[in-house]
Order: sequence, then C-alpha cells, then structure tokens
Amino acid sequence: MRRFLRSGPDPARERLKRDLFQFNKTVEHGFPHQPSALGFSPSLRILAIGTRSGAIKLYGAPGVEFMGLHQENNAVVQIHFLPGQCQLVTLLDDNSLHLWSLKVKGGVSELQEDESFTLRGPPGAAPSATQVTVALPHSSRELLYLGTESGSVFAVQLPAFRVLEDRAISSDAVLQRLPEEARHRRVFEMVEALQEHPRDPSKVLIGYSRGLLVIWDLQGGRVLAHFLSSQQLENVCWQRDGRLIVSCHSDGSYCQWPVSGDTPHPEPLTSSVPYGPFPCKAITKIFWLTTKKGLPFTIFQGGMPRASYGDRHCVSVAHDGQQTAFDFTSRIIDFAVLAEADPAAAFDDPYALVVLAEEELVVIDLRTAGWPLVPPPYLSSLHCSAITCSHHVSNIPLKLWERIVAAGGRQHTRVSPMEWPIDGGTSFAPPPPQRDLLLTGHEDGSVRFWDASGVCLQLLYKLSTVRVFLTDSDPSENLSAQGEEEWPPLRKVGSFDPYSDDPRLGIQKIFLCKYSGYLAVAGTAGQVLVLELNDEEAEHAVEQVEADLLQDQEGYRWKGHERLSARPGPVRFEPGFQPFVLVQCQPPAVVTSLALHSEWRLVAFGTSHGFGLFDHQQRRQVFVKCTLHPSDQLALEGPLSRVKSLKKSLRQSFRRMRRSRVPSQKQRPGGLPGEGPKAAQAGLRDMELAPVQRKIEARTAEDSFTGFVRTLYFADTYLRDSSRHCPSLWAGTNGGTVYGFSLRVPPAEHRMDEPVRAEQAKEIQLMHRAPVVGIVVLDGHSVPLPEPLEVAHDLSKSPDMQGSHQLLVVSEEQFKVFTLPKVSAKLKLKLTALEGSRVRRVSVAHFGSCRAEDYGEHHLAVLTNLGDIQVVSLPLLKPQVRYSCIRQEDVSGIASCVFTKYGQGFYLISPSEFERFSLSTKWLVEPRCLVALAEPKNHRHPHNGGRPEKASHRARNSGSQSDGEEVLKEIQSTLEGGQGSCGDWHSRRMAMGYGLSNGEAE
Amino acid sequence: MNRSHRHGAGSGCLGTMEVKSKFGAEFRRFSLERSKPGKFDEFYGLLQHVHKIPNVDVLVGYADIHGDLLPINNDDNYHKAVSTANPLLRIFIQKKEEADYSAFGTDTLIKKKNVLTNVLRPDNHRKKPHIVISMPQDFRPVSSIIDVDILPETHRRVRLYKYGTEKPLGFYIRDGSSVRVTPHGLEKVPGIFISRLVPGGLAQSTGLLAVNDEVLEVNGIEVSGKSLDQVTDMMIANSRNLIITVRPANQRNNVVRNSRTSGSSGQSIDNSLPGYPQQIEPSLEPEDEDSDEDDIIIEDNGVPQQIPKAVPTTESLESTQIELSFESGQNGFIPSNEVNLAPIASGTNTEFETCVPDQKLLEEDGTIITL
Repeated sequence: MRRFLRSGPDPARERLKRDLFQFNKTVEHGFPHQPSALGFSPSLRILAIGTRSGAIKLYGAPGVEFMGLHQENNAVVQIHFLPGQCQLVTLLDDNSLHLWSLKVKGGVSELQEDESFTLRGPPGAAPSATQVTVALPHSSRELLYLGTESGSVFAVQLPAFRVLEDRAISSDAVLQRLPEEARHRRVFEMVEALQEHPRDPSKVLIGYSRGLLVIWDLQGGRVLAHFLSSQQLENVCWQRDGRLIVSCHSDGSYCQWPVSGDTPHPEPLTSSVPYGPFPCKAITKIFWLTTKKGLPFTIFQGGMPRASYGDRHCVSVAHDGQQTAFDFTSRIIDFAVLAEADPAAAFDDPYALVVLAEEELVVIDLRTAGWPLVPPPYLSSLHCSAITCSHHVSNIPLKLWERIVAAGGRQHTRVSPMEWPIDGGTSFAPPPPQRDLLLTGHEDGSVRFWDASGVCLQLLYKLSTVRVFLTDSDPSENLSAQGEEEWPPLRKVGSFDPYSDDPRLGIQKIFLCKYSGYLAVAGTAGQVLVLELNDEEAEHAVEQVEADLLQDQEGYRWKGHERLSARPGPVRFEPGFQPFVLVQCQPPAVVTSLALHSEWRLVAFGTSHGFGLFDHQQRRQVFVKCTLHPSDQLALEGPLSRVKSLKKSLRQSFRRMRRSRVPSQKQRPGGLPGEGPKAAQAGLRDMELAPVQRKIEARTAEDSFTGFVRTLYFADTYLRDSSRHCPSLWAGTNGGTVYGFSLRVPPAEHRMDEPVRAEQAKEIQLMHRAPVVGIVVLDGHSVPLPEPLEVAHDLSKSPDMQGSHQLLVVSEEQFKVFTLPKVSAKLKLKLTALEGSRVRRVSVAHFGSCRAEDYGEHHLAVLTNLGDIQVVSLPLLKPQVRYSCIRQEDVSGIASCVFTKYGQGFYLISPSEFERFSLSTKWLVEPRCLVALAEPKNHRHPHNGGRPEKASHRARNSGSQSDGEEVLKEIQSTLEGGQGSCGDWHSRRMAMGYGLSNGEAE
Repeated sequence: MNRSHRHGAGSGCLGTMEVKSKFGAEFRRFSLERSKPGKFDEFYGLLQHVHKIPNVDVLVGYADIHGDLLPINNDDNYHKAVSTANPLLRIFIQKKEEADYSAFGTDTLIKKKNVLTNVLRPDNHRKKPHIVISMPQDFRPVSSIIDVDILPETHRRVRLYKYGTEKPLGFYIRDGSSVRVTPHGLEKVPGIFISRLVPGGLAQSTGLLAVNDEVLEVNGIEVSGKSLDQVTDMMIANSRNLIITVRPANQRNNVVRNSRTSGSSGQSIDNSLPGYPQQIEPSLEPEDEDSDEDDIIIEDNGVPQQIPKAVPTTESLESTQIELSFESGQNGFIPSNEVNLAPIASGTNTEFETCVPDQKLLEEDGTIITL
C-alpha cells in the first residue's frame, strides 16, 4: 500500500525541507592536530598556526577565526605575515611558497590562497641550491628574501612571486666582499637567519650555519660588517635600535655583538651558556627585548643541560635577575613574543609570550609578577587526557550556568588577569542564541565542561572523579615532591598530560540534568557516580552500593579488570559537582549506557551483563536485570578476548586504509622515480591474490554480546493499559531485545518512606536482532516526550497524554514504530536493507524553520557507519535529507559524534579537535569576522581587565581604514550593523547579570 | 462433527459423495456432502472418530484422479480433494510416527501402481534412497528463481529463505571488476562477486548461486556504487528473505524466456502482470514488508507472541514465480534442469501458496513460536 503513496516528491514538502535543513561544517574547536609552524602579526594581532597536514589556521580576538588548507597537504614549515598587510606567506616542506590573503567579501573577511610558487634554480643545479631555509618579508611590502641551503639569498617580488635575479645575494658575492682574513674558512653553508635592520630597510643581516654573520647593504651590494662565531649558528635577534645583535648557537650559548661603524669584525661583547657549564643542547631561537625600565628580557628556546635535562621542552625567560624555564609536556614547535608593534617605538616592552607546543598553546603574561598563564579563550587542548566520551546539553538554565562558571572560576586561582592579548579582528557572529554545554569524559577520570555556545570552545569547569578512588599515585604527594629551588629553574606549564594513572578511571558515559544539577558519570570499571552541584567545599563520605548484574548466572568467570577500590571515609570535595553515591556494577565491566531521571530521582545503568535501576533519593537499588545469553561465552569470560578482536579489526581496517592509499600516494621529490608505480602495482597484485571477502550470514541468537545494554530511556507513558500512564524504564540490547519496565515512584510526600517498585511489563525481540541504539516514546501528537523537569520549568509544552503513545525503537538496521500500550508494529524504515548503511548515532532534534519564526519539527538526526548524516522524519520515518559528513574510514570520528537538541553536532577530527556541524538552517554557529588593517597605534597593549579599552579598539578598527573608499564604506556599514547588535547583546547580558566570555562579539 | 457425519450419512441425494477411508488394514465408508464439505479439522476429527483412533496423530492422504497419493492437511487441499473426487474419495491414513513420506508425491503418475503398493506394504522400497516430503505445513521454500519474465535472460533473481539457525546461508562476497558495454565502448567497472560457497550451506544446496557470479541487486536495490561492506550489511539485513539478482558466471543454464509460452504456460497466466513496468524493484516490496514482521513481544503474562501489524496492508499479487526446490531431509532436486521441472513445480506452487496463509494463521496463534 505504501508503494502507491510514494508518488514522487511533494513540492510543498521539498520547499519546507529547504527551510528546515541545511548542512554546514562550521567551526573546528580545539587545538590543531600536529601543529608545525607558528606565525604572529604584530600589526594585525593575529596568530597563525600551520599543521603537518597542510592546514593553516588564523586566530584573533575570540570569535575571529579563519582556516585554509593547502592543496598539497604538505606540512607547513614556516608562516610569515607580510608587514602591515593582511597577507601571509607559508613555506611547505615540499619547498613551495604560498601567498594567502584575508579579503573582505560581503562585510566579512575570508582567507584565500592567491598564489603559489616554487623556487627554481638554473638547470642542473643541486636541489639544495633552491631549498628554502628562511624567508624574510621585507618591510617594503614588495620583496620576499629567501635564504637557501646553498647559502644564497634570493629575492622574489610579491605578490606575483617574480624572481628578481639582480637582487639575489649569492654566497660567492658575499665571499668576495669579505675581508681577506675572514675568507679562509668554509663559513657559508646554509642560510640560518635573515633579518632586516629594525630601523634601516636597506640593511639585512644574513647568518650562515657555520657561524658567520654578515650585515649586507641591499643598495650598495656590500658587506657592512661581519661577525664570526666559533660555534654553529642557530638563530639571531637584532635589538630594536639596531645596535646589538644576539646570536644563539648549537652548544647552548648565546653571544652579543655590538654593531657600530668603527670595528668591522669585533669579538663578541659577551658570550654565555645559560645552563652551563656542562654540555648543553642548542638554543634554537632567541629574543632580546628592551624595556623602558632598562633591563632587557632574554627569552630563548632550548639550551638545557644535555645529560640531565636534555629531554625537556623548555622556553626560558630571564629578566631582572629572574629566570624561569617553562617546561612543557610536549615538544615546542615555535614561540613568539608579543611586544610593542610600532617599529618606531623606542622599546620593545614585551607583555606576553606565546608558545606553541605540539599539543597545546600556552600564553604567559610577562607583565604580572610570577609570569602567570593567560587562559586561552580558544585553542583549548581538548585532549589533555584522551577523550573517552562526550555529552551535549543544550539550553542550560542561567542559574546552573552561573554556578558552573563560579565553580570553575575557583579552580583557576593562579591565572593572569590580563585580557587575551591576541585580539585582532572583529567578530560579527551573532550572539549565541542559548547557553550550551559540551561535557567531555576523559581517560584520567575527569569530566570537562566546555562552553559550546559559540565559536570558541572554552573550558568552564573541570570535574575529577579520581578523589573517590584509591589510586597508586596520590596527586597531593606528587605536587610536593617537585622541588622548585633547583637549577635550572624549571616550571611545569600546560595541561597536556597524556599519561593516565589507571585506565579504569576512564569516563564512559555522562548524563547531566540541566534543571536539577544532578550529574551521573560512569566509567570503565563499572563505576557509576551520582553527583550533585554544591557551591561550597564539602567533606563527606561517598555511599557505596554494589549492583550484582549477574544474579545467579552459573559457570561465570570474569577475566577482566578488577573494580576500583573506593576511598574509605570522608573525602574533601571542592565546590562544584560532588559525588554522593557510588554504584559499583559487578562484574566491573565497562558501563555501556546510562540514564538519569532527576524528577523521579532514579539512575539507570547498563553493562555487557545487564542493567540496573538505582534510587538515589533513598540510596537503594530498585532492581537489576541480567541480559546475558547463556551461550554468550565471550561476555561470560570478560573483555579480554573482545579487546583482542577489537584490536585485530582495527588493525585490519588500518591495513585496508594503508593499502588503498598506496596507489594515490604522491611521489616524493627525492624518491627514486621508478619505485612508486612498481610498489603500487605490487600492492594491486596482492589485492588480486587475496581479495577481501565478506561472509554473508544471518545474525543468530548465539552471536556474542547480545546482552550488552546499548540504550536506556525513561518515559512516562502507557505501558500496561491505555487509561493510566506510569513511569517506565526502557532498555535495548545488542541482540535486538527491548525491555520495558513499569515503575511505581511514590508521591513526593512519601518519597522517602515507600520503596520504588519496578516490574517487567514488555519484552520485545526484534527478529533482525540488530543492536538497539535508541528508544523514544512519542506522545499523542507524535512528538517525542520532553525531558524530565522540562515541563515543570515551563520550557516545554506538556506532552499529550490523551492520544495513544507510540514507541520508536531504532536498531542499527531499522527504525520501527510500535503502538502502546498494546505493542503492535505500525511503521518501519529498513535503512540497512535499503542502502547498506547502519545507524551509529541517533538523536531527536528540533529543526526550526529559517522563514517562519515559530515553526519547527521534531525529527531524528542519524549518523551512519558510512559517515553520512541523515534526517529521518517523525513519526512517519521518511528519510528527509542525507549529507556525507565524516570519512567512512574515520572510525573514531564516527564513534565520537554527538548531536545537539537543535540539529547541530560535534565529532572529533583528531584527538584534539571537534568539528562542529549543523543540519539546521536556524541554528548555525560559525565565525563571521573582519580583519582590517590598522595603522599601528602607540601604547596599544591590552590592559588588565579593561572594558573601555574594547570600545576604543572598535573605534580604531572602523576609523583607520586606509585602503580605499569602497572597502571602507562596506566595513563601516557592517561594523555599525554589528555594533548595534553587539550593543543590544551586551546590554541584555548586563541585565541578566553575567558575561559570556565568548559572546562578547568583540 | 458428529452432526456433520450424521448429516452426510443421512442424505442420499446427488450432492453427496462417497468416502472410502483406509487405516492400516481397516476400511471405513461414509459419505460427505459435496457442496458443504466443512473444514479440514472437522474432517480430521471425523476420520479419527470413524476409525476409533481419537488420540492418534495421523497423516491423511487421498488418491487423486491420476492415482497420485496426495496429502490432505489443510482446508484447501481438503476442498480440492473433495471437489475432484469422482466418484469416490479414497482416503489413506497413516500413523504419523510410521508415516512413509515417500509415498506422497506428484511425480508418481507413471508409477501409480507402485504408489499404492507402497502404502500397503511400506517396507518394500526401503532400499532406495527416497525423497522425504514432509507435511505441507512443515513445507517451506528454501529458494526460488523469480521474476523470470521481467529480467534479462542473462540475469537470475534468486530468493533464499532463511529459517532460524538450521542451515547457514553460507556464501562469501568480494570486490572485483566487470566489463560493461557503455556508449564509450567497453568499460571496466567495479562490481561485487560471490567468492565462495560454504559446503552444506543454503546457497550451495540450492545450486542457483555459484562462485564468480556477479551480484547486481540485493532485494531490489542495485549494488553498483556501493562498497563491499555496504552490500554485506544489506545482505545480512535481508538475510531472512534474501533476494539476490546475479549475472551468473556460467551463462549456459539460464532460464529460457520462451519456456513460459510452452511448458509452464498454465502456471504463469494468473501470476504475470501484463503491462507491469520493467523496473522490477517495487515488485519485491510487498514480500519484503511481510518477511520480518515477526518481532516477538512478551507481555507481562510471559507468553511470547508475534507482534501484530497495526495497519494491515493489502497484499498485492506476486510476480511470476517458479518454485524450484523445497527443503527436505535428503538433498532436494537436481538444480540444473529448471525448465524440465517447471510444470511439476507449478503444481507444487499452488500448493505452496495455499499453505502460506495457513502457516501464518498458526504463527499468529502463538503456538509454534520459539525464541
């Protein structure tokens, strides 16, 4: 019958679909995976990060973000902003140069690649002749000087990358013009440093790796001065006034060379090895920065004593007798010092140090005593400890939000009061329509609360569950053990800590009730914690209850990990979420599903053995249900064999990926020419010899892990008869079984006296036996039931309890609607049978129309194993739209996906980055920002906590546009528009009495 | 039942029919009203009554006009037996546990005499391995070639029926490439192929699928453009009623299209849909809809039940089917001679169709459900 109804697309519906659905990947949150280069523009106040995969990301003020991707997907080695321009040049590891610019289109800036170029030498020249080692954008804005491995410096005209042969500075030319006595040694080799004279654009400093430094007169083509160091040169720094050169060397020393007309080849003024006298590692980069007060800042990377601290990743800051070696947990890629941007100013007066390490970005306040860290509003290291799960909560009530922010505020005591110093550009992104929280569970047992309302994902609060348990290493002992008085003066900075004390602490499931502030978290070793938000510090014992999920299963042997041992006696908890009950599942298998009903004060949890219901008001177990199939040997024996098989399948899939990549792999420039295709052919032959085969076999009841509880769901619905509705708990297993339990929750006045009762009312076995991944009850109007307490808080219409309710069961293969209370099959959509994809994630989402303000529909947002995102309509189960979103091979990306209640979603594109996407036309969080060129102003430093300053920035941005009338007008109009809304937002926020740090739209 | 017996015996008019029933060595004679034969259950009870074997499970058979021994086990074949009996309805009753299934059959036309002796002296033919044909209610198709009339001759649409866990589907698929004729000439395109058949599996036992057959469709959905994993998932999702369209690697055993007009014409008349679009995809849908509507619900009374459909959909006509082989204890028919089998199969086909609703009825009673 349905066949005849399916009569082509309905045009009205198609139109409506366009108003409702739209797919966009909007922002990448978190820290770029494998960063490889750092750039900073003092005039734009924009930071750029390049990655090993060829991405380039620009960050300014919160909300100002751009991203570009090099087609070549080669690692970005260097980034140079062109002085005083909205342009930058990147150097990739394939020796290609790319010019990017920020162009204004429709009032917002866009990052685009203009030009690319690869330096070519004369025919027959060695590749090293043109291998670029350093690049210097000249302040004339037209020239780019490129130092090469051969020791030559080439000049290239921008923006077209035209090589100016006559401006090249070959090493021979330099050699000829050197005095006789400097010529006898092989001093050249590659160009290590290339710097323009801070005051005189006609002079450049060329540093060669063997230790020779030359000041070259660009106009006269002669050597003005030369300095000869006995050590291999690493880098140089030219003092602001041009009178002093500081060079750093491979032996961990740095030298100061005076620049004056009189002595053409002086000895170093001073030479010191900061972490001597024992052999030290190279100082790879150095800054020598003057201050108004007199004493300079020396900031350098590396130079640690080779034997004892050679493995440390350090940036040292020395000033006024103080010296600190900031010790990072991951390799340092590069660092930049934020100082006076105006070249004409007399002093550098550095105010912040930006260090890009492999796993995080750290900004250190150099103005405040003790050099505290500045908490970043973006680029947060999501993966400080590996992310194990995530949970999104939309539309957080203000009260809860404030309490979480307050709890988080108390955790950051030693942070700088400085405002975020990288504040270039202006964000016009509309203020976030609501407050959203993204909760990430981590391997170390912590849960991080992120402000996911806007473009910037910012850490609000961190909860650790470790204190509840006894672990091998007590964190408090650890802290005191670290001596601060030693030399070198190491100081650990950064939050990246990939080492977990105990993998059992890992968080697997999170459930937060945004109305009551109850939080349930569950972990790898079967631990389920119920926590309550408390604004005060408290010391109390956590009540422990054991839930035996096996009941009387015989012949059982758990071969997996042991349970965590809980800390006996009272435990001190900081303000925030404090655990009060620990339910320990036995056997302590990983918790696979979790649900919390704050109105009924019940928490349900499931593992691979069964599920249970716990009354956290009375602190009593209501029931447990074992779901184990007697023949399920694997589950009986524990997770060991499963881990193996998972590993195996992962390995296989990686192997597949690798194999499929072989033919498409690019040939490396230096590789043997014949090898690539041959290897590809061999790969192809291998594939033909052993083709990948797939067994076609029906799923049977004996398949393993059928008892694995995949989903739990509370609903107030008609379970037994159509006249009375009652609380119910639904559970779905891996074997396609759905259990429905009717609950009796005593009325509020007897809540503590009478026990909660539960009775199994339904058990549905889906014949296709695919894992049940979602259960939803639809009310009489076919609208999904609201969350608990949602109606009580007037945030949702109360559900229709008149009409008949329906039960939607989503398995990996099918969507099915059953009637209630008498279960009869009503509708279904056989997704896998139709298109061969399987449901990985499903979530009910509300889609608002972009045309009609109050029109919206509830549908299912679905992610499949192919990485497709689909919308399936409710209640008719008709596929609406489909977009490909995640690569099919990206297993961890697909596994990490979470949907929001309003048609957005997040998934991990790397261990440290969430991609945000939107299916909705209405809810779209994406950066919209403008970066305009500003005349450098004097004394433009971020003041500590200065809001008036912000206003002046805006005025400056809008007022000082120099690039032509049209652009100016466009920008101004946008700015005014933006400002209006900003103002509105601000005043509204003020009235509400709190500030959303990333909603400032600055 | 007594009532109907009395009624039948009492009236000696033209509408009555004589029944001669044999159980063991005993004969009983009675009569039935031809126009109102009643239900099979009633008839069964009547037989038990007249033979005084009230609690013995028996198999009921009759000799049709050709002398074939055919079973009676539902209303339809009972009515058929009554309507074709001329003038006498000869009934043969066997105890279920002693039953010789080989006695039943449709291919006994030429061995008519033997059939009867088989029944009378069942031990005679033990030495010859025979095909055990169970009761039609236990009958179920395991495979068939379908849609012969709408598919190109080079393609074969095979339907595999999977019941419970008795027999694995038993085949593997792989990636490969096949050559297609396109406007730009011959082109190599990726395809999915059967790579292995598991010995003793359903796929092998049907003989309809072979290694290197190219899989073109799964349950009406084209597989081109889909990955091996996708096709695997589609097949597994449809495993309870899997319809695969293949291009057999061996093109010699194709069903010859004109066979419809000659051999099996009688069978395809009522089934073929004239003017039916060549796009065959939807024809599979109604089948598909029903195939797994058998989720099970256990309400609080603890009795597992089939989940009924909330909105019953009218079944549309099935397209042409040539039922090929039926599951049996010993291996079924030889698969390579489909065309020869067609007329015989047509007889079975009608039988099969009649037994389907019966089977459903029983299932909905919740009596033969196993978890």
